[in-house]
Amino acid sequence: MADWMENLKNKIVETQVWKSIFRHGYPDTDTNRALVMFSNVLLHLHPVKVRKSALRIRYTWCLGGLTFFMFILLTITGVFLMFYYVPDTRSAYQNIKDLQYAIYFGNLMRDLHRWGAHAMVFLVWLHMTRVFLTSSYKPPREFNWVVGVLLLVLTLLLSWTGYLLPWDQLALWAVTVGSKMAEASPLIGYSGPFGREMGMRVDNDIRFMLLGGTVVGQSTLLRFYVLHCVGLPLLATVFLAVHFWRIRKDGFSGPL
Amino acid sequence: MAIEIKHEIFPKDPKKSYGLVELVKGTSPITEKEPETTVFSWPNLLFIELIAILLSTAILIVLTMISGAPLEEMASPDTTPNPMKAPWYFLGLQELLVFFDPWLAGVVLPSFIIVGMILLPYIDVNPKGVGQYNYSDRKFAIWTFSFGLALWYIMIVVGVYFRGLDWQWYWPWDNWELHKPPSGVSLIDYSVILTSWGISKSAAQLIAYATVLGYFVVGMTIPFIFFRNFFKSLGFARYNITMMLFLLMMGVPIKIILRLVFNIKYLLVTPFFKI
Repeated sequence: MADWMENLKNKIVETQVWKSIFRHGYPDTDTNRALVMFSNVLLHLHPVKVRKSALRIRYTWCLGGLTFFMFILLTITGVFLMFYYVPDTRSAYQNIKDLQYAIYFGNLMRDLHRWGAHAMVFLVWLHMTRVFLTSSYKPPREFNWVVGVLLLVLTLLLSWTGYLLPWDQLALWAVTVGSKMAEASPLIGYSGPFGREMGMRVDNDIRFMLLGGTVVGQSTLLRFYVLHCVGLPLLATVFLAVHFWRIRKDGFSGPL
Repeated sequence: MAIEIKHEIFPKDPKKSYGLVELVKGTSPITEKEPETTVFSWPNLLFIELIAILLSTAILIVLTMISGAPLEEMASPDTTPNPMKAPWYFLGLQELLVFFDPWLAGVVLPSFIIVGMILLPYIDVNPKGVGQYNYSDRKFAIWTFSFGLALWYIMIVVGVYFRGLDWQWYWPWDNWELHKPPSGVSLIDYSVILTSWGISKSAAQLIAYATVLGYFVVGMTIPFIFFRNFFKSLGFARYNITMMLFLLMMGVPIKIILRLVFNIKYLLVTPFFKI
């Protein structure tokens, strides 16, 4: 590096502003490699040191981390889409058309959101298969597997609620199929076993609660939008935090 | 009630720059390991993560160029698409609708899948295999899990690639625009088959109940008698939960085969539900 660049760099890293943000130098010494994990909020989920065996790609295939990355990617692309999308049955479909044909990078963001969603569902399944095959759910990690199953359910619910938002034929009828199943729930669905005996009607059962009406309409779109963009992601974030925390507390399961 | 501290052994002193460390008894996954088996997360782990993130993003961008997100005509309650398909990850459940009533296919069976998965670490008492791809020490667990997983994937593949108009079976080389004639096969209830053999209606109904109940009773009893070690290793409660989930899972392909081979519509018809 040229001398003037070296000098400039030293000048910058010695300023009060720089020091107030970064408490240590570039992590090329053992001390700094430890400090970077302690002092960086984004990195502190990692341990300072990991076992070599935990780094073997052919053990984890990076599946859990990639699932989390899909969640982040979906959040970023989702926020972009939210700028142009109004959950109104009269305009939602046109908003998607605009995203596809009129808005810069709108199509890329929508396609990435769609593929990311597919990938996330698939990666969750693969991750769970890997965890099963390596017995990583056995003591002391039982509860983290339970949290993982709940995250799988949340992933599927996120995908399903997102399916309705484009308000095209695919969306409407896919959600209609799903809500028909809810209507058949035992006890809490009016066409399910013991549903009528429990006093369930078409306008007070679980399907009605889900759709906000007797058919998929404006209330459904709003409900699914709020759940998809706020409710379920918040819930997923809480469970993700617990999931990662437990990995740190229980230790990584890798080969000893 | 606040605890009153009589005296502090180490009073707080703002001038001291050191902290106190206490030793407590406990377990740690990293104890009794040589420090040589560990490496710093930066850069070893973080670089793997960075490469994985970059690669997966690149793959996703390539995928968006190959195929974009679909957008059909605007939603209209007046025109029903045929076939009416759920998202692909739910098509396994939708495929089950061919063989089971909606309350079973859409609600009860998926609930059992989720509950069964949550219970999994508590009913699998075999301590072997942690941290390794181990088949020989846990054959039953791996076979059962793989069977369920295969069932799930097969149903999805059938739902996505082999179901066309009117949810009929279409081969990839069939004309998917053409309606297939309804299959001439008429489905019959199990009890109706029994009555056609000269058994009275009430007796047939009784046999239907006994068959479904018998499946579970016999299924629960066989391992209890012939695989005593399996029963002993699990204990009474775990054994019952495990076998119940196992028999429910096996019941799904059994019912599918009964439908496909013997054209049986329902095994059991009660005033409240049909199986």
